[in-house]
Amino acid sequence: MMRNPTAACRWFLAIVSLALMVGGTAVTGCQQQEKVEAPAQVHTVTGLGDDAGKVAQERNLTPHDVVAALKTYMPSGRLDDYVMFASGGHSGQVLVIGVPSMRLLKVIGVFTPEPWQGWGTGSVATEAVLRAGDPSGRKTSWGDTHHPALSETDGAYDGQFLFIGDKANSRLAVIDLRDFETKQILANPLAMSSHGAAFVTPNTDYVVEGGQYATPLGVRYAPIEDYQKSYRGLVTFWKFDRQKGRIDRDKSFAMELPPYWQDLCDAGKLESDGWVFCNSFNTEMATGGIEKNQPPFEAGVSQRDMDYLHIINLKRAAEVAAAGKVETVNGFRYIPLQTSIAEQLLYFAPEPKSPHGVDVTPGGEYLVVAGKLDPHVTVYSMAKIKDAIAKQSFEKKDPYGVPLLKFDDVKEVQVELGLGPLHTQFDAQGYAYTTLFLDSAVARWSLGGAYQSKHSDPPWKLLTKLPVHYNVGHLAAAEGDTTTPNGKYLVAMDKWSIDRFQNVGPLLPQNFQLIDISQPGDRLQLLYDMPIGIGEPHYAQIVKADKLHSWEAYPEVGWDPHQQAKHASATVIGKERVERKGNRVEVWMTAVRSHFTPEHVEIRKGDHVVWHITNVERARDATHGFALPYYNINLSLEPGETDTIEFDADRDGAFSFYCSEFCSALHLEMAGYMLVKP
Amino acid sequence: MKARIRTALQYAERPALRATARAVVGPRVPAHELRRRPLRYWLPTLLLGAAAACLVASIFLPYWKLTLHAPQYPKGLHVHAYLDRMTGDVAEIDALNHYIGMRRLDEAARLERSLSIIAVSVIALLVAAAVFIHTRFAAYLSLPAALFPAAFLVDLQLWLRHFGTHLDPRAPLSQAIKPFVPPVLGQGFVGQFSTVARVEAGFHLALAATAAIAVGLYFHWRAYRPLAER
Repeated sequence: MMRNPTAACRWFLAIVSLALMVGGTAVTGCQQQEKVEAPAQVHTVTGLGDDAGKVAQERNLTPHDVVAALKTYMPSGRLDDYVMFASGGHSGQVLVIGVPSMRLLKVIGVFTPEPWQGWGTGSVATEAVLRAGDPSGRKTSWGDTHHPALSETDGAYDGQFLFIGDKANSRLAVIDLRDFETKQILANPLAMSSHGAAFVTPNTDYVVEGGQYATPLGVRYAPIEDYQKSYRGLVTFWKFDRQKGRIDRDKSFAMELPPYWQDLCDAGKLESDGWVFCNSFNTEMATGGIEKNQPPFEAGVSQRDMDYLHIINLKRAAEVAAAGKVETVNGFRYIPLQTSIAEQLLYFAPEPKSPHGVDVTPGGEYLVVAGKLDPHVTVYSMAKIKDAIAKQSFEKKDPYGVPLLKFDDVKEVQVELGLGPLHTQFDAQGYAYTTLFLDSAVARWSLGGAYQSKHSDPPWKLLTKLPVHYNVGHLAAAEGDTTTPNGKYLVAMDKWSIDRFQNVGPLLPQNFQLIDISQPGDRLQLLYDMPIGIGEPHYAQIVKADKLHSWEAYPEVGWDPHQQAKHASATVIGKERVERKGNRVEVWMTAVRSHFTPEHVEIRKGDHVVWHITNVERARDATHGFALPYYNINLSLEPGETDTIEFDADRDGAFSFYCSEFCSALHLEMAGYMLVKP
Repeated sequence: MKARIRTALQYAERPALRATARAVVGPRVPAHELRRRPLRYWLPTLLLGAAAACLVASIFLPYWKLTLHAPQYPKGLHVHAYLDRMTGDVAEIDALNHYIGMRRLDEAARLERSLSIIAVSVIALLVAAAVFIHTRFAAYLSLPAALFPAAFLVDLQLWLRHFGTHLDPRAPLSQAIKPFVPPVLGQGFVGQFSTVARVEAGFHLALAATAAIAVGLYFHWRAYRPLAER
């Protein structure tokens, strides 16, 4: 075969190449056996085995308990199907909780400084958000968060933003759900307190803030004897600019209302789109004064059998405001009461006294008002309301001239549920759920009309009451206040827990109780108690987890979370520096596992220091803290984030700063010195 | 193309040059022979052409992948090495490597990466040129391409050795992590990390090119050898 050397050479080449190929393939072939962990074997649970039975026996669990446990238990690494955003009450924060596991995922700093998130503990940007919300010149360091409202598109949660009101100071906050951080806090320029925030219109054009205790508009003084003349109620419509992720104060407006104590509101949808409903109490216009031998408020405001459901034509009100038929106080526009009456923006309907919630059914056809001091829920028909308004069929007018619709004209039905009905939510089976404060129970009742076909129960009828523990306030069903309620779970938010938890002293945790509402008829199952030891939550909303699309890390290194854009003073590795201009020292610092650069920051007493720190990490969860003692500073620098602190170095010394978030094995070593020369 | 080369040869001015050129380029295939046995002559052309194409395509695909597994990285960390760049969790791996004093990945094989696209294009062109050469010079032209995968791995292993054995002695973990040689293929361990290195699609294409060259040269020899001996 080998006829000459050239041929031999060719053969050699061919063989070498083939060997290379075969060898290479073998090597690479081996490498492809990269170990991929097989998913854990799935054992089908057909009956609880001996082990499970033994545990149940030892722990004294009934079969019912075991089922509840199976419905809520999350193996490590399993994620919840729903996320609940709950008011944190007077903690001033928002709680984020996984459902059905009821695991606390986060406490979002809103009205109160929250050091872990670097919220209001030195960060210039977060301080600016908090200070913009100071209702007066006084630094306000708490809030009373009441009603969270997720942004909506077509009446369904879209998972983009969350709003929440502060009852104490009549404020509203905007939280961006890309990073779960508060971006804006506004103080209402007209009102002192507000209970009915926040509720959004179906496309989040407006965020509704209902009032509470009437005061002279613009936070002024007027003698209490002039209550009827000088004190006013209020509802505010904050215009939301979704593009900017901010409330546009200048396009927002309020409506002056009689000095009844407006309470919760709800925005109409579908059938009732363009309308807003708020209820009220103290239509008696009682002014209290128990010490002067006058009836105390609790009695004075509860004299009349009926208070007034406020029915507001928001669509037309926006047109009236746009037409300039407004007055301003503190630079904020409001439609005067008489203008509202003349422009037919406002109607009242009688409602059983001292009501609490007014909740619109998923299709917007009905409004459900819970009587609180009346054992019924009263269901109003939007069609009947529209009809009565069209016919101008009024019982009379209130003392301020607001037309009062006839109760029987607009009422659809009253359903007797029990004592102390407060709030109502809905599911996908045509059921409504109402909390009964005095009965300490959640009532399930059937809707009629368009909802009759969804269930096989008689319409408008109480089906069952599930005891809860205790003194239930709000409740939240999965997407239960939207056009597309999800059902499945409901959380009862109990004000008292009494004996449900380990005694932790006289201040007891609140109790969130998870209830399975997936079965029809009278079948409700209490699944789980979750103690809340941070404040007294009010309302909550539960959204499908897959609607939330939050960032795992900021989109790029040098991100300013407060502008959601590149930070003007971002630094990269190698560009860190300290510059002095007169007595103004500016620092550009980077943080990465496990060091700050620079580690020595040398300044002089009396310098004004502006200090930018960029976390250049890209890894998920690689957050660094920045703690500077004696200067009251702690930052949370999440991967990619740039944050700025600014202070006068009014105290000399050697100040050790350090990373306050355990970031790495050399976390303790992640430190430096700010050397302030006398 | 083939016709044009033949014409160029016929009209070459200097007989000596013409003879040398003929010796390098080799015999042309007579038309009747090509008609009679087209597969015999097209096969080497197709295989060598395919090899050149594979090489060019490989430029756009990753050649090598390193995966690092550690408890705190449930999805692992991944680096994909292309001929001219590295992608994936490079920043994160650099951040981790600084603890053991390893240089930044970007500092590795800078010369190779800057030349690689041109170099691979040229060796692919040489293979394509070999199609028109009907002597053993075709094999010489194909040789760089045939050896390229091996050269790639050898170079990579040398860089890994260099990186692993030139750790900054002042690094935080220099006492804990001694110099080591990360394997170019297969599993390695450093600290809490286990690493898996494997070749990727680009390398497979380059390897396919080597195979195509080997087989193509065999058919090349079978087709043109008899013509030369005639």
